[in-house]
Formats: sequence, structure tokens, C-alpha cells
Amino acid sequence: MTTPTTGLGRFGAYGGRYVPEALVSALQELDECRSKAMSDPAFLGELAALQRSYTGRPSIITEVPRFAQHCGGARVVLKREDLNHTGSHKINNVLGQALLTKRMGKTRVIAETGAGQHGVATATAAALLGLDCVVYMGRVDTERQALNVARMRLLGAQVVPVDHGSRTLKDAVNEAFRDWVANVDHTHYVLGTVTGPYPFPEMVRDFHRIIGVEARQQMLDEIGRLPDAVLACVGGGSNAMGIFHRFIDDADVRLIGLEGGGEGVATGRHAARFSGQATPGVLHGAFTYVLQDDEGQTVESHSVSAGLDYPSVGPEHAFLHDAGRAEYYPVTDDEAMEAFRLLSQTEGILPAIESAHALAGAMRIGRELGPDALLLVNLSGRGDKDVHTAARWFGLLDDGVAADPVSVSAAAPVEAEGEGVQL
Amino acid sequence: MSESVASPPSAKTRLTQVLAEAKAQDRAALVGYLPVGYPDVDISIEAMVAMVEAGADIVEIGLPYTDPLMDGPVIQAAVTGALAGGVHVADVFRAARAVADAGAAAVVMTYWNPVLRYGVDRFAADLRAAGASGLVTPDLVPDEAAEWIAASDAHGLDRIFLVAPSSTPERLISTTAAGRGFVYAASLMGVTGARDSVGSQAQALVERTRAVTDLPICVGLGVSTPGQAHEVAGFADGVIVGSALVRCLVDATDIQDGLSQLRSLTRELAQGVRR
Repeated sequence: MTTPTTGLGRFGAYGGRYVPEALVSALQELDECRSKAMSDPAFLGELAALQRSYTGRPSIITEVPRFAQHCGGARVVLKREDLNHTGSHKINNVLGQALLTKRMGKTRVIAETGAGQHGVATATAAALLGLDCVVYMGRVDTERQALNVARMRLLGAQVVPVDHGSRTLKDAVNEAFRDWVANVDHTHYVLGTVTGPYPFPEMVRDFHRIIGVEARQQMLDEIGRLPDAVLACVGGGSNAMGIFHRFIDDADVRLIGLEGGGEGVATGRHAARFSGQATPGVLHGAFTYVLQDDEGQTVESHSVSAGLDYPSVGPEHAFLHDAGRAEYYPVTDDEAMEAFRLLSQTEGILPAIESAHALAGAMRIGRELGPDALLLVNLSGRGDKDVHTAARWFGLLDDGVAADPVSVSAAAPVEAEGEGVQL
Repeated sequence: MSESVASPPSAKTRLTQVLAEAKAQDRAALVGYLPVGYPDVDISIEAMVAMVEAGADIVEIGLPYTDPLMDGPVIQAAVTGALAGGVHVADVFRAARAVADAGAAAVVMTYWNPVLRYGVDRFAADLRAAGASGLVTPDLVPDEAAEWIAASDAHGLDRIFLVAPSSTPERLISTTAAGRGFVYAASLMGVTGARDSVGSQAQALVERTRAVTDLPICVGLGVSTPGQAHEVAGFADGVIVGSALVRCLVDATDIQDGLSQLRSLTRELAQGVRR
């Protein structure tokens, strides 16, 4: 299956370039630069060398049998993007864009970040390549991701808290666009996900495509067959597009995206774009699914995960959704945190809360498909940044009451799955 | 679409007439921006009419939007307040009617998504029915505007696209060829908001644009004082003022004070655009 294009940067009807005229020439310059770079052996070689010796690629795959017992007994394999330098898949895209920034002769990068992982990756690449770096972050997110704010500052980046609107990722994106309009002559906007105006959705996907390319080969080499389903969390959708893309032509492989279901889709406090609540519209330069009201005003999203707390989604996901090639389901905060706890305590791996949504999806799909199923889950990031959130969620902070693993279990008892592991 | 409402594309809008009248008087036109709904719908409309009475030739009526990425803090604060106060898309048609009845040309400034959601052709029909001349679309470039170009043709509306200092010669040609009414020249690379000086890029941009189109060229972004208006009037066909006028309402101690400040600044700007 190939993605039909009907115009500039379109995936079916979705995508496009809805931007102020001031940015059009920069987008054209970027498109020309990356088109040449992606067929230039020198550029590809430099990127591959960084991926190998700086990021730590290829990332491994890990089978997780103890966790799998909570997934209906299905076999579960994780693609370990959490082991990348800076702790998530985000570095794949950022290194590519940072190299393009140098190639365009620009000296400054800006970025927006929700969970902070993209901001940390951008600050890291900027330090590595000697670029000035400013990261916009919603005030709410700076508070829930304080550790990543400190990391960015230690790396030499300026972090600017955004107090407009909902003070989350959406508003950080607005602010980054404003900066870009004013400074486009020497600044590149390292957009962090597979949305935004063309060429960002395609370019970011291509930098993350390596996840799926590696994972598919690793499944064949190490497990002996392709998975029945590939699962990934979807905020903007970059890690999901990265792992999905190489599997699109494998018709027997289900592609399953898990969205931030927040407090439940019915409550209205969620970030589920594909659950009948979002409708096609324009946000941040792309025509795609947007959580909006009847008058086209963006509705605020909600998720325990700052990285999934976004009212829009990449246009290629919108296309895959409508085409029926990928499936998208909401995962509530409660379900995600339960999966977070289970992976931590059965396998010794603390996932990012974003990635925990994909793990919760595996628990659900595995129970549906049963023990013969083989699931590949993209573990897009590690949970170091989320320790504070998780500790508060489970009541582990030492505020006068000692907490221990027993009280964790007592606070959120595990549903035993047949002969599953009892914590 | 209603045949009785639609006009042939060649019909002159009120906007075109107003710009021609200003040219005949050897002056630039004054374009004043206010968002509908701030501080509430009725007062915002009263404020727009007050601007017309004080000398604004054209009122650019902002349709509040949750993600106004071309706007600076003053306008964003006002549109956020308008949305919190419950402004609706239909209010922009009421405002357009009031501005047109007061004798000025009404154009609506909107980000694209509210129009898309409302229905492009339906929006165009209702806008025309309200007596407005057209739309300014800060995040819709002609490349993505096929539906709007068809609807504005069908309903005889102007479509005002932006050009920027970064626009290439090719884009100046294609963008102005697609537009109608006037060309909105963004005087500097940046968002809306008062500046100490009008960007030096403004005049160069106007000259580059004038070389490729016969459309009137109005300059916006950063113009806030009568002196700046006078300066810009020296090389442009229209002077667009937004944040400075909005600030009159934002900073006012009460509504009457705000309207009084607004009238007074508009009057001074109207003097400023005389060459």
C-alpha cells in the first residue's frame, strides 16, 4: 500500500501547508535541502555514523515474558527506543534536522516540547553541533516535567515557559511558530512530530523510519516471523509513524495506535482524536483530525502524559485511519499507569508514561488475540522523566507516610490473569 | 448558493471603492483592526462603528480563534477574552453589517479553521449577505485556497492574501495574481504588535510588490502611531493598525474611557495617513 498524494505534501486529503506567507520560503528551502540531503551519501553517512556512535543504534528488541502474562499470554516484544541517548526515539529526528540546519547555514534552532523528551533531544543535538537553542514549553508541562526542564538548561538551552491558552504543548507550538516567523532567516524550527506544514510530516517520519526498518528485520532474525500487531502510542504520532511505516505493506500485520484517553472519552477530558470526537480541520499548518468545537475552535486535550496531551495528530495517521490500515484506540490514564507499574515490576523496565499507553494497548489486544499472538510494542521512551508523576500517582512520595512495594500493590491491586504473575 | 446574493467577480466591492476614493484624495486609506467580541460583542461592534466615525476607511474585523499564531500578546489577550466571553462565528456577520451600514468597508480577518468548519461556501454567502467585502487570511496562502477562491468568485468577495519580506519574486507574482481587493504587505518578519519603528523592509516590500501587481497595497504589522502611519502612507495605499487600537480597549479603566481613547487614536491616525 502506498500513500496517495493529491497535492503538496498530502496524504489523501490530509496534510498541506497552512502557514503565514512569511514561512513559505523557509519551508521551500527546507524541502529542497532535505530532498537533496536524503539522496546525498555524505549526509546519510554522517547521520548513520551519529546514529551508531552517539544515539546507540540499532536499538535492541527485548521479549518480556513476565509482562506478557498480563497480555492474555500473547508473546510481547519491545522495540527499545528507550535505550537511545537522551532516553527516547526523539533523538532520531532531531539529529537529522540538526544536520539539515547546519546544511542550510542556520545557527539557531527552536523547538516545542510537551513531555520534554523532544526538547531534551533538541538541546542535546544543539550542544553537539554548536547551535543556539530555545525550547518552548507550556507552563503546565514545565511543572510536571521539571526534571527535563533542568536537563535542557544543563545542556545550554533556554527554556521558555508559555503562559498562553491551555499552557500545554499546543500553546508551545503556537509560540514556536511565532518565534520562527520573526527569526526565520537564521533559525530552523525543529518540529518534534509528524504534523505541521509540509515537509515536516514526511521529513520527521523519514527520520524515524529507522525504528520500523530495524524492528522488522529484528523480528525476522530473532523471533522468526513478523508480529501480528505493531503497537505504539500516538500523540502527534512520530514514534508510531516511525515503527508503522515499514510494516504498511505487510497486510497481515495490524498497526495499532494508542491515544491518550485521559479520564475517559465520555468525560470529555481526553486526547483521543480518533474516537469519534475529533473532526478534520486545520491546526498548526496541517489539515488533519483536530479536537475542535462546532465553530472550529480547538478544544483542550487532557492526558496524564504530557507527550500525548495534544488536540491534533499527524496527517498521515489521519489518512491511515480513514483508509482502515491503522487502528486507533484510547487508553485511559488509569490503564496506562497500571501498565507502567506492571512493566516496571515484572521486567525491571520503567517506561515513559507515553509508552505505557502502548503497553496498555498490548494488554488489551493480547487478551483479545490470545496466546498464539505475537505483539511488537514500540517502547518509545524511558520513564526517568516520569518518576515524579508516577510516584505521586502511586502515593510513593515520602511525605511522612512510608511507602513500600506492598502498599503500591495495595493501592492499585493487580488483576490476576489466569496463572499470571501476582505482585 | 443564492443567485440573488452572488455577484459577478468583476463587480466592485465597497473595499475597492473606498481605496479608490482615498487614492483620488491623494492619501492612504486607514484600516483599523478590532476583534469581534472584546470586551463583549455589543461593545466591540460599537467600537468598530466609533472607529468608522473617527475616520477609519476600512475595518478589519477579527474573528477570534484559539490558536492565533500570527498575533502578538495584545491581540491574543483580546481574542482569548472574546472567546471566554462566548463570541460566536455568527457575530462577525453582525459586526460586518454594522461597519458597512456606518459607511466603511468591512473585511474579516480569520484563521482558516473556523471558516472550514462553518463551511467555506456558506461562510462566503453569509459574509456577502452581511455587506462585507472580503477576507484577510493570515494562515491561508493561495496554494491551499482553491475552495476559497471558488467561493469568493461565486459570491463576489475580495480575497486578501499576505506578502512578506521573505516572499520570493515568484511568490509575489503568484500571490498577488490570486488576490483581490488589496495586498496585505506584512511590514516585517514577526507577529502583530506595536513596534518603535516600522520595519525598513516595509518600503522595499511595497516596491517589489508594486512592480508585479496593480492591486492596492496596504501595510500592516507594527504600525501604531500617527507618525508611523504618515510615514507608511508615503509609499503604501493603505495603513493597517491593529494592536495599538486594541490596546485602547485592553488598557481602559472603563468602557467609555476605552471608546474615547479609540476614537481619539483613530482620529490622529486618520490625520496621519494624509500625505
